[in-house]
Amino acid sequence: MHKSIRAAFAATIFSVAATTGVLAADKIVDKIHFLIPGGPGGGWDGTARGTGEALTKAGILGQATFENMSGGGGGKAIAHLIEVKDEGMLMVNSTPIVIRSLQKVFPQSFRDLTPIAGTIGDYAAFVVNKDSKIADFKGLLDAYDANPTKVAIGGGSVAGGMDHLVAALVMKKAGADPTKVKYIPYDAGGKAMAGLLSGEIQALSTGFGEAIELARQGEVRILCVTSNAALSASPDTPTCDKAGAPGAEFVNWRGFFAAPGLSDAKKTAYQNSLAAMYSTAEWKTVRDRNGWVDIFNKGDDFVKFLENQEAQIGGLMRELGFL
Amino acid sequence: MLEGIIIGLTTAITPMNLVFVIVGCLVGTFIGMLPGLGPMSAIALMIPIAASLEPSAGIILMAAVYYGAIFGGSTSSILINAPGVASTVATSFDGYPMAKAGKAGKALAIAAYSSFSGGVIAALFLIIAAPFLASVSLSFQSTDYFALMVLGLVSVAAFAGSGGVVKALLMTVIGLMLSTVGTDQTQGIPRFTLGMIDLIDGISFLLLVMATFALSEALMAILKPKNDEDRMKEKDASQNLGSMAVSKEEVQEMVPVIGRSSVLGFLVGVLPGAGATIASFLAYGTEQRIAGAKKGAEFGKGSVRGLSAPETANNAAATGSFVPLLTLGIPGSGTTAIMLGALIGYGIQPGPRLYIDQPEVFWSVIVSMWIGNIVLLILNLPLIPYIARVLAIPSRFLLPFILFFSLIGVYFVSFNTFDIQLMVIFAIAAVTLRLLDFPMAPMILGFILGGMMEENLRRALLINNDSWSFLWERELTLIILGLAVAALFVPVIVPFVRRYKKQAEKAGDNE
Repeated sequence: MHKSIRAAFAATIFSVAATTGVLAADKIVDKIHFLIPGGPGGGWDGTARGTGEALTKAGILGQATFENMSGGGGGKAIAHLIEVKDEGMLMVNSTPIVIRSLQKVFPQSFRDLTPIAGTIGDYAAFVVNKDSKIADFKGLLDAYDANPTKVAIGGGSVAGGMDHLVAALVMKKAGADPTKVKYIPYDAGGKAMAGLLSGEIQALSTGFGEAIELARQGEVRILCVTSNAALSASPDTPTCDKAGAPGAEFVNWRGFFAAPGLSDAKKTAYQNSLAAMYSTAEWKTVRDRNGWVDIFNKGDDFVKFLENQEAQIGGLMRELGFL
Repeated sequence: MLEGIIIGLTTAITPMNLVFVIVGCLVGTFIGMLPGLGPMSAIALMIPIAASLEPSAGIILMAAVYYGAIFGGSTSSILINAPGVASTVATSFDGYPMAKAGKAGKALAIAAYSSFSGGVIAALFLIIAAPFLASVSLSFQSTDYFALMVLGLVSVAAFAGSGGVVKALLMTVIGLMLSTVGTDQTQGIPRFTLGMIDLIDGISFLLLVMATFALSEALMAILKPKNDEDRMKEKDASQNLGSMAVSKEEVQEMVPVIGRSSVLGFLVGVLPGAGATIASFLAYGTEQRIAGAKKGAEFGKGSVRGLSAPETANNAAATGSFVPLLTLGIPGSGTTAIMLGALIGYGIQPGPRLYIDQPEVFWSVIVSMWIGNIVLLILNLPLIPYIARVLAIPSRFLLPFILFFSLIGVYFVSFNTFDIQLMVIFAIAAVTLRLLDFPMAPMILGFILGGMMEENLRRALLINNDSWSFLWERELTLIILGLAVAALFVPVIVPFVRRYKKQAEKAGDNE
């Protein structure tokens, strides 16, 4: 994981530097049809619509259209993209495409598509209620060591899903037994947050972006975040690495995929338009209001990153008995 | 507070914004009428347009579309028994029989009045109690939600229909069983999918309700053609199809129902894990129980109360769901999740400080709810006679239209031909069961509540290390379960007690 994130950031700096020559107002692509593998209102939906909005408002993209296609844990949209082979279509996806193809939820993997680029990331965070006796990550570890069955950790995915895996990863890096994590699944991040505030779970494994606003308003406390350095959005929150789980780094990336067999010209056009987006004011507005982190990571680097993540998550899932 | 309302009014009422309200209501009503497109998709469709407007105009447009879509959804469930969204299923129980009896205009009018009152009253509660209720809404834990689902299921007796309680229970169990198909929400393991990828996400609600309600209704009409006498009667009735006249007595019946259902609906809507569907079922069940033997027996056959209760409650609940959204930024439903996205899009971050930091936003949201409701009522009342005339279409044209409409509606949501095959299978099964007098409503209820009930129960068990003690150790859970037990047994016991009392009185008189 370590290396893959570093690689991702190196790639970010490199590619942003390489594309600063492009003027923000130049139109690069006429039309993109964004395919969203989940329902309206979710993380994928926000990413696709936010990216489409920034691209069109900045004048890089002529027109953005959106289509929600939920089903098969995202598998339906993947199958659809492969079947129609529409060059004008970009599917948004994220870490779950790796997890779910490992779980064999759907038979395809990212290898069956044309990976365009990873565009944004959200770090994971451990969160407790403002009234919690657990003051910091060490407190959480102490409680966990004392009796793991009394530390219910919730998350917005099923058992064996991303939030669970992150919780297990951090516990493992902290030297605790990852198989003992008492994970409580909710069907959405918002409901998991409501569960934390109701006091039925002791801690929450969630996206940093989903927790930061309630933390700012004093409703919850973020114990640590899985980035490799403190984040500017919350400089006082320690990284899990520093807080007692050395090497516990994780980024939930989101990015775009096109149909298999996409022409190189089209692929480059997509990558250039996304690269040009980062320096625009429109993108900064969208990014900041969602608490996203830029991680531009295109083409072969993106594929390498996906392979690394697959190996990392696969190992953890085997250890936890999910594979 | 008055100051806040004035701020809200001055931002909301400009000629341009009023145009947005009117357009939004019309578009929303139209979208809502199409099966498969509910408030959620209507708002999602509006976001690109709303995003280009200034915040208050955008919020007003979305609120208008939202209420329009809710109203539109009721229309299709009343006229052709095709509830496009789960929260209007209960509306069809009495709305459709009423429309079939030739009182479509009246049914639509009652639905419009009830929705309007539910929305407006709930918006009032929102102003008064939002900050206080925010903390209440968060005190609900998984065990309490489980108990609430049990309470909802208990109201199944209210939907027994002519087949009796045993058949209703059997159908509820079938509904519960169907809800277990697909990936289980706790362990992520596929269940009963027969190895088919199309079943991994389970059976969609829309598919099931369209097959068992709309399709089977249309097929039944073909299988059991009406005799001449009925046809004559229907012809007479259709003369007044568009009439919206509601008698004084009916208004008197509606007023207390609206009062109770808006409170109930609002409170249930405030809970992030419950929502408008459960609110509508609970309101329907409650009203049936307290209506008394004579009025209660009218439920399911075109009762004014049975139509008014769920319509009021689902609108009140929709408004109630804004409490956790605005005060904590927690979306309780798909619709509020989209609303949250849109608000954040305007740089508005809902949370405990919204009320204090950006009062103009808070108030313009609430005022736009009122305006949306009022404009909707004004716009739709004159349209009702025309909408109701749909039923005057001869059945040889109307029935194929309904079949087409339902199949296409389901297909357009998933773009999956497997869904059409599954629908046909369900429709055939439903027709067979209906010919044997099995009611469909309890199955839908079991299906809707089953998933949530299982999820909350299993979560509660996980948290409590597989001990069931939370059922009696947690007060709130115990109270709700107690209500469920009472709802189940009081109607059985009361007649006995009455009889016993009467006999005792008689015995007393004799002495």
